[in-house]
Amino acid sequence: MEIVSCKLLYALLTPLIGSLVVMRCGRYPNLREGVSFLASVVMFGLIVSMIPEVLAGNRLVYNLFNILPGLSVTLRADAFSMIFAVVASFLWILAVFYSMGYMRGLKEHAQTRFNACFALALFGAIGVAFSDNLFTMYLFYEIVSVCTYPLVAHHQDGESYSGARKYIIYLTTTAKGLLLPAMILIYVLTGTLDFANNITTGIFPADASAALVTMLYIFCLLGFAKSGIMPLHNWLPSAMVAPTPVSALLHAVAVVKVGVFSTTRVMLYVFGTGTMEALNLGIPTAYFVSFTILAASIIALSKDNLKARLAYSTVSQLSYIILGVALLTTSGIQGGLVHIANHAFAKITLFFCAGAIYVTAHKKNISEMSGLGRTMPFTFAAFAIASLSMIGAPPVAGFVTKWKLLMGALEMEAHYIGIILILLSSTLLNVGYFAPVTYKAFFGKRPAGESFEGIREAPLAMLIPLMLAAVISVILGIYPDFIMYFVKAVTG
Amino acid sequence: MDDVLIIKDGVMPFLSILIFLPLAGVLGLFLIDSDLFAKIWTLLVTLAAALCSLPLYFGFDLATAKYQFAEHHAWIPAWNINYTLGVDGISLLLVLMTTLIMPLCVLGSWSYIQKRVREFMACLLIMETSMIGVFVALDFVLFYILWEAMLIPMYLMIAIWGGPRKVYASIKFFLYTLAGSVLLLVAIIALYLRNGSFFIPAMMGQEYTYLFQVLVFLAFFLAFAIKVPMFPFHTWLPAAHVEAPTAGSVILASILLKMGTYGFLRFCLPITPAATIAFVPYILWLSVAGILYGGFTALAQQDMKKLIAYSSVGHMGFVTLGIFVLNKIGIEGAILQMINHGVTTGALFLCVGMIYERTHSRELADAAGVGKFMPWYVTFLAFFSLSSLAFPGTNSFVGEFMILVGGFTKYKVIAACAIPGAVLAAAYMLRMLQKVVWGGTDNPSHAGLVDLNVRECLTLAPLLIFVFWIGLSPEPFIEVMHASVNHLLVQVNGAVVEAPVAMARLMLP
Repeated sequence: MEIVSCKLLYALLTPLIGSLVVMRCGRYPNLREGVSFLASVVMFGLIVSMIPEVLAGNRLVYNLFNILPGLSVTLRADAFSMIFAVVASFLWILAVFYSMGYMRGLKEHAQTRFNACFALALFGAIGVAFSDNLFTMYLFYEIVSVCTYPLVAHHQDGESYSGARKYIIYLTTTAKGLLLPAMILIYVLTGTLDFANNITTGIFPADASAALVTMLYIFCLLGFAKSGIMPLHNWLPSAMVAPTPVSALLHAVAVVKVGVFSTTRVMLYVFGTGTMEALNLGIPTAYFVSFTILAASIIALSKDNLKARLAYSTVSQLSYIILGVALLTTSGIQGGLVHIANHAFAKITLFFCAGAIYVTAHKKNISEMSGLGRTMPFTFAAFAIASLSMIGAPPVAGFVTKWKLLMGALEMEAHYIGIILILLSSTLLNVGYFAPVTYKAFFGKRPAGESFEGIREAPLAMLIPLMLAAVISVILGIYPDFIMYFVKAVTG
Repeated sequence: MDDVLIIKDGVMPFLSILIFLPLAGVLGLFLIDSDLFAKIWTLLVTLAAALCSLPLYFGFDLATAKYQFAEHHAWIPAWNINYTLGVDGISLLLVLMTTLIMPLCVLGSWSYIQKRVREFMACLLIMETSMIGVFVALDFVLFYILWEAMLIPMYLMIAIWGGPRKVYASIKFFLYTLAGSVLLLVAIIALYLRNGSFFIPAMMGQEYTYLFQVLVFLAFFLAFAIKVPMFPFHTWLPAAHVEAPTAGSVILASILLKMGTYGFLRFCLPITPAATIAFVPYILWLSVAGILYGGFTALAQQDMKKLIAYSSVGHMGFVTLGIFVLNKIGIEGAILQMINHGVTTGALFLCVGMIYERTHSRELADAAGVGKFMPWYVTFLAFFSLSSLAFPGTNSFVGEFMILVGGFTKYKVIAACAIPGAVLAAAYMLRMLQKVVWGGTDNPSHAGLVDLNVRECLTLAPLLIFVFWIGLSPEPFIEVMHASVNHLLVQVNGAVVEAPVAMARLMLP
């Protein structure tokens, strides 16, 4: 049932208003951070308040602007959008705390701009989560691109400018060059850009040319470059020049999840599993993203810089989500979608840890962190838990993903051996690049001549969010139903 | 004549008022000898004209394609020349945009023009008279006189108040446009000899021979293509823009360029339909060339005004693309994009003018990094730049979207070739924005710069409102076009163009 609900609008406007207020409060840092915190809590509250209605099988909608027939700015909350909205808004609360500790700990400049853009990025992310049609999604997708540019270029030096330039070039070129024509052709073909109301039918008329629809599918798959599919992944490692809270929230949650969320939304609600099966698009997509899963993991193995390793791990893990959906089986789709949440909690923990290590010990490279775990036990314990989730070991959340993905592969009629092999080898690779970090930190020898004198645990403002995120990863592993409710509602 | 004109007795002759009010304002300027009062007077006159143009919108009948608010008086009966005015869905928005832009031009020149202020204001008012006249004239002689009359004040604005190379730029501008209009005159006379009348609507829908149509079309095309300017007739534009004072650039970009595309719609399509259809592929490819050429050239510019000038070449390429795909959504998108370009590019030129007043340089490198000290300025600049690159939610997106929908409906390959132009627009605009807002850490300090004052904010704010109004709720702007565009397509094709099933649903009123 469709219910018109203003809550959608309020939830969307909260971060926008928050960011405007933050800009005006630049002179009072405590008030400024207070406003950010308030905005994040209010937004989370509003989103949580929508959960009962959504789980009852309703679809909340709110129409903002009508531009042309079939082209409007309309918000929608269904089970699919709630997966992303709940996760992103909750992690924003943690990130507000964490970035306060980080930015103040390092005495970073332009903290007001940082906080304002942070809120604007969330505005875009929530807009994507709540979009009811391809145009609304495109609108907020572009807002995310533009508003995160100042965050990536935050340090305003040569390295950050070149990283940020790469970032914006990759994202806008693909959006304008691939998504825009795809959107226009879909509009010409169907007369509307509204998403379907289920995941099977899609919106294309039955007599649409198969070649054209296939081309549009490829444009959409590559057009959302935020999802980090190779060969369009290179912006992500470059964007790691940003301060770590940005890498954490944006490049583990908001930005990249906007990418995969959009990709999967379009796969399921524009093309639909029916069209994808009919045109045989699922298997090629699965193998295509499998390349990313494996190649990115192998590159991650070679990185000594912790953030770079995490970045390539993100590239690899994002493709799990698309892989799951591309399997087109119930369990596969469930595994892919639940990974949106599972990866978010684990990856934000890892980035939070990387930032905490940098703030307290000023270490960026894994080789320098040998033995550091004995000095910073809580941080590295959280790191270990999150690594387990990435690897997919029980009882952490990642296990649920791997289980569902393997189930999904087994439900397939053909090609399941290939997919299973890919999943297993990628798991081994995950172990290969994550386990040594924790092992060396706890059991390794300190590097010669290096003393960790004076280094202690990270400040509480950073430690609490990262511990909390790690604990939630465990809770989601033991009690996955919370996210699974939504996921099951999507697959029906 | 009554079958195309709607002349209502007892209604104020709004179009004549719009034409003669600024002219009367010029007379008023003779009586004022203070620069400040001259500016205030001009502002009041242009505001009064803007108010007088509002009834055109609110009294506009959406259901008819006839010319409304029409006036018809004999002028030179011996040659059947009349004073005939009227607006339809194609010209209405252009008239309204003209009256909107003019007060902003006065505000934008407030402190920019320091010498011969009264003369400058007089030029602005004469421009307004002739520009409105061009859009509403329905008699070819009247049209041609006003068309030529525009050149003189524009020439003076560049030649007197322009930059260092003002003589070169103004003469180039004059010669180029004059060269085009000579052929226009030939075409007008040829049409008169066939019809015995200068009444423009009477020339439409006549059975001309194919050769005659082709010759008339080519004469029209050259005149209007220079004005648009279409690639490869664009070289006068960057020179004129760079040297012109702010108000001159704004008028040039926002209104004068639209006369070319307006000419295509008003004359080429309905008077010479067979020739139009024959030339469509060439013009479409020329449009694509303009889109790409303008984009690439803009990307290489160091001078902000040149950058925006070349971006205009690209944007106007989209407009001609939309016009010549000859379907409803394409043409409506093109008309909307004409308005959008006027709003957005006008605003961008105003922005450049504001920075020029402060740093006395239009170089991107010198403007780099002003963002830190002029937050309001960069806020405006950011929104207008995003609008210029067709960011979703802004006006240009809607126009470009409609044009490309029209393009992809009929000519998929050509439309696909225009897509890189959209990418380039993002590249050059974001490059400029990045430099101005962020760049220049090695620049001499801009700390002495003052942010926008109230007058400057008031100059930009109305345009910003239109950026989002058209971007988010374009229906009030599009609905006035439907009847006239349908009629135009009937004139060109004999019937509304063929359309796929889905598009047919969209095209229902």
